[in-house]
Amino acid sequence: MSTNMIGRRAFLRFLFCFALVSLTLTSGSAFSQSGGELRFCLRSEPKTFDPLLVDDDSSLSIRYLTGGVLVRANRKTQDLEPELAESWRVSKDGKQITFKLRRGITFSDGSPFSSEDVAFTMQRLMDPALHSSTGDAFRSGSGAVSTKIIAADQIAIIFPAPLAGLERLFDQVAIMSGRSPKKEAAVLGPFRVAEYKAGSSVLLRRNPNYWKKDSQGHRLPYLDSIRLDIQSNRDVEMLRFKRGELDLINVLDSDYFDRLAASSPGLAHDAGASLDSDFMWFNQVASAPIPEYKRAWFRSANFRRAISQAINREDLSRVVFNGHAQPAVGPVSPANKFWFNSKLKAEPYRPDAALKRLQADGFYVQNGALFDKGGNAVEFSIVTNAGNKPRERMAVMVQEDLGKLGIKVNVVTLDFPSLIERISQKFNYEAAMLGFRNVDLDPNGQMNIWLSSAENHAWNPQQKSPETTWEAEVDRLMRAQASTADPKKRKESFDRVQEIAAEEAPFIYLVNQNALSAVSSAVEGANPGILSPQTFWNAERLTLNASTRASR
Amino acid sequence: MQHERMNAARKLACVAVVAVCAVSLGANWLAPAGYSKQFREAPSAPPSHQHLLGTDEVGRDRFARVLYGTRISLLLAPAAALVSTVLAALVGGLAGYLGGIWLRLARGFTDLFLSLPWLFLLITVRALLPLNVSPLVSVLITFLILGLLGWAASARVLSTSADAMRNSDFVLQARASGLHGPRLFLVHVLPNLKPVLYAQFWISIPVFILSEANLGILGLGVAEPLPSWGSLLRELEGLISFREEPWRLVPLLLLIVVMTSFQMLLSNEEVTA
Repeated sequence: MSTNMIGRRAFLRFLFCFALVSLTLTSGSAFSQSGGELRFCLRSEPKTFDPLLVDDDSSLSIRYLTGGVLVRANRKTQDLEPELAESWRVSKDGKQITFKLRRGITFSDGSPFSSEDVAFTMQRLMDPALHSSTGDAFRSGSGAVSTKIIAADQIAIIFPAPLAGLERLFDQVAIMSGRSPKKEAAVLGPFRVAEYKAGSSVLLRRNPNYWKKDSQGHRLPYLDSIRLDIQSNRDVEMLRFKRGELDLINVLDSDYFDRLAASSPGLAHDAGASLDSDFMWFNQVASAPIPEYKRAWFRSANFRRAISQAINREDLSRVVFNGHAQPAVGPVSPANKFWFNSKLKAEPYRPDAALKRLQADGFYVQNGALFDKGGNAVEFSIVTNAGNKPRERMAVMVQEDLGKLGIKVNVVTLDFPSLIERISQKFNYEAAMLGFRNVDLDPNGQMNIWLSSAENHAWNPQQKSPETTWEAEVDRLMRAQASTADPKKRKESFDRVQEIAAEEAPFIYLVNQNALSAVSSAVEGANPGILSPQTFWNAERLTLNASTRASR
Repeated sequence: MQHERMNAARKLACVAVVAVCAVSLGANWLAPAGYSKQFREAPSAPPSHQHLLGTDEVGRDRFARVLYGTRISLLLAPAAALVSTVLAALVGGLAGYLGGIWLRLARGFTDLFLSLPWLFLLITVRALLPLNVSPLVSVLITFLILGLLGWAASARVLSTSADAMRNSDFVLQARASGLHGPRLFLVHVLPNLKPVLYAQFWISIPVFILSEANLGILGLGVAEPLPSWGSLLRELEGLISFREEPWRLVPLLLLIVVMTSFQMLLSNEEVTA
């Protein structure tokens, strides 16, 4: 064997190694362009792909993943961050917002993005014929919302009346193309809808024209695609997750969470108290078909506060949610960093104090049962939705707690449509227990609850004029906070609303459930938070590990 | 030999039924904590000396709930089955015995009854009932509804049997002897329908127990905190692994044992019917 031969072999070996190393390095650095397919479940069929008509959770998820917005609320810090708009400015009177847009951005179909598209989106959004719930949030007063195109990259949107927290509302507005023949299929978000199989799945593929890049200059998103399987059964969802067929479970029940945490501790994530709350309330509607003496109880703040004091919230959190919930304070969860009134505390469990309050209203205990001053035994029913196990358990525990005061509570579980009919149309109920899934940090998101004229003013909706002085004050404060752009003044007003809510207890807040989720070890870059969408809020930066990518 | 084996099985079944009934009747002594007391410091606890079958999700003693639930379900599910079987015998048996237009009318009516969207009708029934009913009244209402609605399928079976019997030799002979009308039906037809009636009765019981659990979704089931087999079986929803908490299967096993025992107590003819 000649030395020449050995040299040639060594050179070939070197070449081979070099090629191998280069290939490895290339594939390593190219994960940004080949992040694999992420899989998780939607719990129901998306009702629409039109981003301006979105009203359900599944459509919201798709809008979040596909829609490009001018500003985005960071789901971890809760701060607003620029997206399609480089910057924005709200006028002093709170009636106008001016956006400076990024240049050189195109929709997923290649059509260019400009201020004309923003104007088109706003005009369509505010069209009364569209009946957009996203648009409703922008209706500040009588009169039309107008747009003024200042330049291709600059636009002003003018409102008839001041709108508090205006810029944050744009987090929900996915900009549509005014010119693209593909209409809502042309998107500015990191993904686009590639395939929809009704009842089965939605496939999202990477938007090749997405504008954002990471710090190293790689174009986002990292993932190639996201497959959203439509699956309402949570048992099946969990089984598929455990088998590795799914990568994320966005919202997890405490039972499932504990089971998963026991078997695979690293996959279960508890991000702490969420914005969601569970609460109960009494029917105070004047025309409700309930006995007059019961209406008198329900309209008494003393009675409501006594009931609130007689409920052991710590037990509810510990027993029903296995500790994955916090006793609720009021309409704002402590997780809402800016708007929560930190002076308030959750009502402690004090049955003795509750009884004293009731006695102050003329109630008395005889043979273990509570009677009002007219001699009527205190008995009422709590309606809640059947099938919601945590809520059914809470109702049973409230039944036991109030039983200790001599109050007889009948728990009635109803199918959801019947329940809604009773509490919002016929008012044929005494007390109800439901939850509020809060996605909006701003108090304006609760206008439809706290205004006495609002449809969702659950305990006594659609009042022509406030029936109580405290409701009149809440109306005034809510309107005051909504009509100023000054965050400090808004906070003062809404803090007072929270105090009144604690004093009058129209809603008896029970718990704030923790944001529980599951993320497979195959997913890299996940950082679950409390705001929706908890697990995939940073979907554009998520990727799958190499072995998972190879196996799919 | 086979007869002896059958007798032994029937004895065993009899002992099982009597034991279950006796234990459930003695619930007050065997489970003094009661079915509604919540031991909140020990929710979802495994079996222990204090809680023989552990506790449920809100800390109630599962053994007590099984005993009280057995008492309710064993008393009321057969009562509902009795109501539905009597109705089925009246409608199906009479129609089959009378034949002709009566049989066609009865079959049309039972078909119509079976095809009605009961879910919506039950929602309407719930809307008509007051919300404030005590748990005991809710139990009575639930099983009465089951009894009144559960007769149609049995009536179909009975009408076919009675129709076949109408032209049988012994009925023809009875007719030839001058017997007819209600007497012929009560003395000859109905006793011969007994095996079918028994079978329909026993089949209805587990169906009603499970239906009661489903009615809970419409707000019509046995109200909290009262237990029933139905509500105890609902606890099994979401149970992913039986190995982790096998004691939670006790209500299911009890249901199987009791129903099997009831079946074994039936005579040969009744079983084959």
